[in-house]
Amino acid sequence: MATVADLNVRAGRRSELALLGLAWMVIVLARALVDYNAAFLELVPLAIYGAVWAAMMIAAHVVLDKVAPSADPVLLPAVFALNGVGIAEIRRIDHAEGTAFADAQMIWAALGVTAMIAVVLLLRDHRKLRRFTYTAGVVGLVLYLLPLVPGLGITVNGARIWISVFGYTAQPGEFAKIALVVFFAGYLVTNRDTLALAGPKFLGMRFPRPRDMGPLLLVWAAAMLIMVYERDLGASLLFFGIFLGMLYVATQRLSWVLTGMGLFFIGGSFAALTIPHVRARFDAWLHALDPEVYSSGTSEQLVRGLFGMASGGLFGTGLGEGRPDLVPYAESDFIIASLGEELGLTGLMAILTLYLIIVQRAFRTSIGVRDGFGKLLSSGLGFAIAIQVFIVVGGVTRVIPLTGLTAPFLAYGGSSLLANWIVIALLLRVSDMARRPSEEVA
Amino acid sequence: MSELSITLLRFGFLILLWALVLSAIGVLRADLYGTRVTSRGRGREKRKPDNRANKVAAPSRSATGIRTGSISTSADAVGHLAVVSGPLKGTTIPLGTAPILVGRSPTCTLVIDDDYCSAKHCRIFPEGQGWRIEDLGSTNGTFLDNQRVGDPMPFKRGDQVRLGATTLELRS
Repeated sequence: MATVADLNVRAGRRSELALLGLAWMVIVLARALVDYNAAFLELVPLAIYGAVWAAMMIAAHVVLDKVAPSADPVLLPAVFALNGVGIAEIRRIDHAEGTAFADAQMIWAALGVTAMIAVVLLLRDHRKLRRFTYTAGVVGLVLYLLPLVPGLGITVNGARIWISVFGYTAQPGEFAKIALVVFFAGYLVTNRDTLALAGPKFLGMRFPRPRDMGPLLLVWAAAMLIMVYERDLGASLLFFGIFLGMLYVATQRLSWVLTGMGLFFIGGSFAALTIPHVRARFDAWLHALDPEVYSSGTSEQLVRGLFGMASGGLFGTGLGEGRPDLVPYAESDFIIASLGEELGLTGLMAILTLYLIIVQRAFRTSIGVRDGFGKLLSSGLGFAIAIQVFIVVGGVTRVIPLTGLTAPFLAYGGSSLLANWIVIALLLRVSDMARRPSEEVA
Repeated sequence: MSELSITLLRFGFLILLWALVLSAIGVLRADLYGTRVTSRGRGREKRKPDNRANKVAAPSRSATGIRTGSISTSADAVGHLAVVSGPLKGTTIPLGTAPILVGRSPTCTLVIDDDYCSAKHCRIFPEGQGWRIEDLGSTNGTFLDNQRVGDPMPFKRGDQVRLGATTLELRS
């Protein structure tokens, strides 16, 4: 791992406030446009909406100023903007379909911000998490496998990734990814030497010894288990992708990544050939525009999403003026397609750049922070967001098979929103340590 | 509202969104491109006086060290440990009252990523008026002026210590 000189970066709390102001304007204007185009614009609810967002932003900003003064200044504005644009688009689909997802999502956003503040307040040093390495590993696996428990897990659209307790549903996999990043970081920081140094040389790369392959095979087996029994290609790919990314960061060995990708490819093709649900997803991906596949309904959602984005063109139809509601699950799985239709390529690129900024900050933090655990933790969280965005956007735009993951911060879904706000809390905490002037650390 | 103003607002929203993105990039422009290793030494140099003042004023910080003997004037002459060659070249560590552990293990003060370095390679600690260095049973040894270090040896200003591909120097 590289060690880096001091950066005399400014804490940037004031820039954060200015950027939050811009994000607030984006959020309020988005809702005003959506409501106006649905002939629904009332000033008092809009003012209350704006005040609630401003209160959340100021609360988050003040807390960071007090307990994490050196934390990264662009993470919060980027995340707030994504969350607000997502809620505006969900509200727009609510207007078309008479649902009330946006109000629910707003409550989840408030809970998410509260959770973020709570984590930043309670966890003063991310290195404490290292003590819970193996606990986190067990918790992560249990959470991932929870939907398989009979009576607890429920199957939605063929994938078994939900649990239902007393009528409340949740996607435990979203929280599992945080626990697993903590586990991988703690595990790899202690064991990276054996994984990095030994092994035969082949094709100019040092390959791992067969006996060191244990953890990789174990994680691979768990990912395959998720794919086969939960029928969820996305969660499985995310889980395995995070591990491979962190393994690469820890060992600097490309051979691990190649070995892992080869293994996943073998498992994925096997699943695609044998499991009907996964096979249908692959069919819908490869032959989406085939009349036979389309009329059987398997690729209908995907193709409608593509047509929606096409009709959006370069600048979009404008918020509230397209027909994103023609796509099933336009507020959750296909929110990227909905936004692509109404904001066009220009708007979608801005949204993807916001994700890029978040991921870049995670990796930058990982370079700057001094302890190995923190490096792996923040790069792992960065990989989690990056891979999830890739899987979602890639699925919607037909780069990879469509899966049931949600776009972080944008899509409707409480578990996802809450979990991702916690991810941001951890990133803020590590970045505070990474950017703090050196006197305090040394 | 007229058709025109709606269209303007529609494009206004996209412009606002990009304004947010670009000003965020503007804020992080300063550390977007790599790091400056050279400016590091100078920064420390400037801060040193108040650094030392802090340490004298707040003895509670020395609780982290094993030997908490007072740092006297002659020890003050020794300011920091510099890495003059090896993977961490350019790194400096200010010397306080706490011992410094060097090795490959992430728990060390100075973590060296070098295959010829042991997990806990050597320890540099204050004793009496100055600093001493001891080898912690490393595989490839610690060398002070081409002499293998075993038991604690005095480590004076200007001395160079070699471990693996790394050379450390004690500087004022």
